[in-house]
Amino acid sequence: MATYTAARREAKQGYVMIAPTLIYALVLLAAPLLTILAFSFFKDGYLTVIREVTLANYIAVWTDPIFRAILLRSLCVAVMVTALTVGTAYPIAYFLSFGVSPGKKSFWLFLITIPFWTSYLVRVFLWKVIMGYNGVINSGFEMLGLMGDGRLFEDPFRMLSTMPAIAVTLAHCYAPFAILPIFVALEKIDRSLHEAGRDLGESRWTTFLRVTLPLSMPGVVAAVLVVFIPVIGDYVTPELIGGGKLPMVANMIQAQMLPLDNKPMGSAIAVSAMVTVTVIALIFVGLVRIFVKGAK
Amino acid sequence: MKVSGLKCYAYLYLLFLYAPILLLPIFAFNDGTVIAFPLKGVTFEWFGQMWENETLRRALTNSLIIGTSSAVLATILGLFAARATTRYRFPGKGPITALIMLPLVLPEIMVGSSLLIVLLGLGVDLSIVTVILGHALIATPFCIALLSTALGSLDRSLEEAALDLGETKWSTFWLVILPLVMPGIISSLLIGFVISMDEFIIAFFLAGNEPTLPTYIFSQLRFPKAIPMIMALGTCLVVLSVVLLTIAEYFRRSGLARAGLKDTGGFL
Repeated sequence: MATYTAARREAKQGYVMIAPTLIYALVLLAAPLLTILAFSFFKDGYLTVIREVTLANYIAVWTDPIFRAILLRSLCVAVMVTALTVGTAYPIAYFLSFGVSPGKKSFWLFLITIPFWTSYLVRVFLWKVIMGYNGVINSGFEMLGLMGDGRLFEDPFRMLSTMPAIAVTLAHCYAPFAILPIFVALEKIDRSLHEAGRDLGESRWTTFLRVTLPLSMPGVVAAVLVVFIPVIGDYVTPELIGGGKLPMVANMIQAQMLPLDNKPMGSAIAVSAMVTVTVIALIFVGLVRIFVKGAK
Repeated sequence: MKVSGLKCYAYLYLLFLYAPILLLPIFAFNDGTVIAFPLKGVTFEWFGQMWENETLRRALTNSLIIGTSSAVLATILGLFAARATTRYRFPGKGPITALIMLPLVLPEIMVGSSLLIVLLGLGVDLSIVTVILGHALIATPFCIALLSTALGSLDRSLEEAALDLGETKWSTFWLVILPLVMPGIISSLLIGFVISMDEFIIAFFLAGNEPTLPTYIFSQLRFPKAIPMIMALGTCLVVLSVVLLTIAEYFRRSGLARAGLKDTGGFL
């Protein structure tokens, strides 16, 4: 009985303590998200919103070939970015966890996170400068005498306004998001398991495949999710690198919300995109669970 | 052998991460209006242009106000949440924390557009205040992550000792807990500030007619003539964030050292 009341008292204190942050999140995050959900079922009137429940927005969104093309493109870009980011990040996380002495680990992590915190817009724009028709790569080749008639490359590369260009830029922006979860998962692995693997006659590579990789899977899954979900909603990169020719979902949401001022339609697009992303994320997590269980 | 191969890869990866930042100052000082090689000599003209620009000064003032206010707000909210999750057990902790941490993965355009709808629906005028509310929301999860480490490393017996010696809960908090987590608070303030100074989408949706540094930069990127000055501005911003982050990292580490803990990772 005494422990019961003590637990209740502790719970009460906990609620009091978290209340300010929780109320803030409820008012400024949960309520607006629910409002978007509600708006997606309303009708757009001129300068107002008609509060009549209708599925018209969703029907319009999903029957619109432009929306489907944009959603598909966003998903393709997100898959490319996720594969690129997580694939290149894994060796870095592995190096940080196994190849760097403990005293230097936080310095390396610091080095990796610095670019992430520095002006996002300017960084994206610099990729445009790097990959532009007269950009750093092309003018660099020209300066080195490798580009022009009869040289190694005839014409300057056209890199901007392509999906790989968007993917590389986004991969650069989301790199730390992929490295850190994998690093944390690798750090948790008991080092004696490796010795056991080696002692039992496994090679380095098979030890990695059969011990390290499966044990670091939770980190990989976390990395995939924290890259995949926000990338779908990126507005700046398609705008700057894609030159407006390869819009993604966020650009469509922005167009409906601000210049076109059709907020119910914008809400329906936003909800559709987020539901699609969530479903894909859940399927992915489910598949990984089945696969990892099957491996055992 | 394998590790040294990985090390080469790590250096190449760092080069990839730093390529844009390293190119930035080169073009900021380049005496040419086109951002391309070959370079044309050194000039300070773009920095001078930047200094004389009225709109930019207004954007800077706005961004400083927004950054400071949202950093303070996010750190206060972060302190409450971090204290609650590290010190108390209560039912529903998981879902509550998930909601508060949601902005970490939620695309910013969702935060921006949903807040816009609510604020316009309530008849609130868009201003820098609305941007502050949005920025505090997205900075709070990062602050919680930092402050949880700082608060989680507190030795609970210190607090109990203070209470036994006749201090009240509040005076214990002010005299014992706060000084011990001060390094964490400082790094949380700096990270909150850096996040807000750099955030574009939410400011784009919620600032109304007020410029902030990122929305100003975005509006100028369309004009080729304005680019060299933006490069100069970008250089200043990069230097500012590197300095602030270094200070934040210093305090984060000294906080860990004060608590006698081993350093296990960076911020995030």
